[in-house]
Amino acid sequence: MADLTQAPIEQVRTVIRQGRIEANPWQVLQINNTDDAAPLASPTLPNAPVLTPLALWLAQRAQWQERARAGSLGVWLSPTDDPAALAKDITQLQLIAIDFPTLVDGRGFSIAALLRNRYGYKNELRAMGAVKRDRLFYMQRVGFDAFALAADENAPAALAALTTFSESYQSAYTQPLPLFRRAPAHLLANPQRQHSTP
Amino acid sequence: MYRYNSIDRRIVMERVAQFRDQTRRHLAGELSADEFRPLRLQNGLYIQRHAPMLRIAIPYGQLASHQLRKLAAITRRYDRGVGHFSTRSNLQLNWVKLEDVPDILSELAKVEMHAIQTSGNCVRNTTVDALAGVSPTEIADPRPWAELVRQWSTLHPEFAFLPRKFKIAISGGPDDAAGSRVHDIGLRIQKDNRGEIGFTVSVGGGLGRTPLIGQTIREFLPWPHLLTYLEAILRLYNLYGRRDNAFKARIKILVKALGVAEFSRQVEEEWTHLKEDAQTLCAAEVERMRENFADPPYQNLADYDIEFATTRRANAAFASWLKTNIHDHRVPGYRAVTLSLKAPGQAPGDATAEQMEAVADFAERFSFGEIRTTQAQNLLLPDVRLKDLYALWQEAQQHRLATPTVGLIGDITCCPGGDYCGLANARSIPLAQSIQQRFADLAEQAEIGPLKLNISGCMNACSHHHVGHIGLLGVDKQGEEFYQLTLGGFWGREGNQQTAIGTIVGPSFSREEAPLAVERVVRLYQEQRRAGEKFVDTLQRVGFTAFKAAAYDKAVTVSEPETEAING
Repeated sequence: MADLTQAPIEQVRTVIRQGRIEANPWQVLQINNTDDAAPLASPTLPNAPVLTPLALWLAQRAQWQERARAGSLGVWLSPTDDPAALAKDITQLQLIAIDFPTLVDGRGFSIAALLRNRYGYKNELRAMGAVKRDRLFYMQRVGFDAFALAADENAPAALAALTTFSESYQSAYTQPLPLFRRAPAHLLANPQRQHSTP
Repeated sequence: MYRYNSIDRRIVMERVAQFRDQTRRHLAGELSADEFRPLRLQNGLYIQRHAPMLRIAIPYGQLASHQLRKLAAITRRYDRGVGHFSTRSNLQLNWVKLEDVPDILSELAKVEMHAIQTSGNCVRNTTVDALAGVSPTEIADPRPWAELVRQWSTLHPEFAFLPRKFKIAISGGPDDAAGSRVHDIGLRIQKDNRGEIGFTVSVGGGLGRTPLIGQTIREFLPWPHLLTYLEAILRLYNLYGRRDNAFKARIKILVKALGVAEFSRQVEEEWTHLKEDAQTLCAAEVERMRENFADPPYQNLADYDIEFATTRRANAAFASWLKTNIHDHRVPGYRAVTLSLKAPGQAPGDATAEQMEAVADFAERFSFGEIRTTQAQNLLLPDVRLKDLYALWQEAQQHRLATPTVGLIGDITCCPGGDYCGLANARSIPLAQSIQQRFADLAEQAEIGPLKLNISGCMNACSHHHVGHIGLLGVDKQGEEFYQLTLGGFWGREGNQQTAIGTIVGPSFSREEAPLAVERVVRLYQEQRRAGEKFVDTLQRVGFTAFKAAAYDKAVTVSEPETEAING
């Protein structure tokens, strides 16, 4: 039988939200048992704001909707979770987090893009796990607006990384037009090539 | 060629600043080797056998003379004065120092060059063929589309941490000279019956450990949908490509697992959500790109020049160079010219700083200041007048750039291999040189005729050995260098042949035996061929079994195929 661990996985102290460095009150819960067939025990939630794994949210929706709407319970997705499962809850959830278990697993970027563009999620979307300054710019472009930093990351440096590039070619969550549709013609114009003539 | 606007320039410079900081942190111990690895790979930097290797992007293989001069200066200042032009529109420097790389990238940025995404699990540079824009058989110039894909893929935030690398190739005409079918996405330009441009899209081709020909998922994708369709494919790959096994992580494995029908259905379904969005291309943007690739000021010439014709008749060496190193051009009076980097004794594809400067000079004097790199690791001047060919040839000879073997067995495509590369199982350059020596006689090479021979030092197949007519793959057998021989690969479309993966003949050959095996295969071809028949056609007609026997020096039985019934 699955049970819920009440102990938070590595507590993340710092989160960047709306361009500010803040202390992070959220606890992240994970399912201890991998026996999928067994029903999940009805867990007792801590008083702190808590992020629950998708499977648990889907099992406990009815009981937890109130807390979700109030913003003290959120859902976190692993790289193999399907964001479609949250489609019907998209306006109720105040916080969704996506886990990046390693520095090279890029699935969270697509999951974020789908939550924002396909399912219309408008509230806080938080990156957690291997969240280091060198990936923050891309994370922001695909739709993350909060970053639970890895324990050894320097928060001010991470904040600065959000402005690494002043322009991008592609569209982004906060900038739906790609450069070629957005930039004025005079900025896009390319200089004439000077051919050397034989 | 594409000239940067102020935004392009700024993006590249900000990238340099980002990498400079990442390098500083790494050297100061603030960024571990593991953390630094994906970051440096996405700036083209490998840690290699002897020294770090930097892979510089040459978008769709096109260079301006001042860029080539800068590359020469960089190889002198930061390397050992030699660079390697790869099969995939890149220049590789084998002797750079890690701490110099930010400065090198800075220097490159000054001439609108970079090393962005030339390695790493991201979308790599989009390739075309060296005759893009000048090929007489082209349906349309692939370069504007390659530049559109380049910009879309550059620093794309969603696709920087894919399961594995991703390569896109665009062919402009029926000869599929970009080898589109052995790329993760292959795009082949078509025109519909209203003359509108579209692309045949194939997915899941590739070389390496599991060589495969890509499968068509869309016969005609209208041009406005190019970027949104690519997004759909990449998103599916990012989400569902395997991440448990690096050797099973390319999109070809996903396509194979789902089957092409299901994969194609999933792409179309994802794409229905994307096809209206703002990344749909518009005429203004396509026009902007086309203007960047407008014709140079071609002169109005006849496709005949008396002086040229006279010189060709009088000079046998010049005539033989013309047979191999010159290519047809869509504009009368012009030819494309390969400047061969396969001089005997030179590592295939390598050019010294002096050679690079000579080529830059030739480009300015003879070819509107433009140079291309080729999939066979040579350089090419795309627009040379007939009347200038003789002068060019004479000067090219002085710089060892006129070896008359393009497309022949001496024009070996060969990766840097075990001499340089930490991934290699065997050295490749000494084997290439042995084979070149064995066939040193130019008249003999010409007599053998077109024969593409590719040598890779390992499974990563950087020299594309799978698609060589004859391919050699270095393997490590109990610490010794051995070579697996493949026959019957093909790149492009010509006559009866289209892109194909070669077949392994059998157990690998030792370093000494491999050139002998190649020679036996070539001799059988010479014995068995009909007049004018190319190697791949003879191989097909006579049969693989006979060639396999020849490779192993067994008695060869060749049975004549049934001829058609004779009347009467």
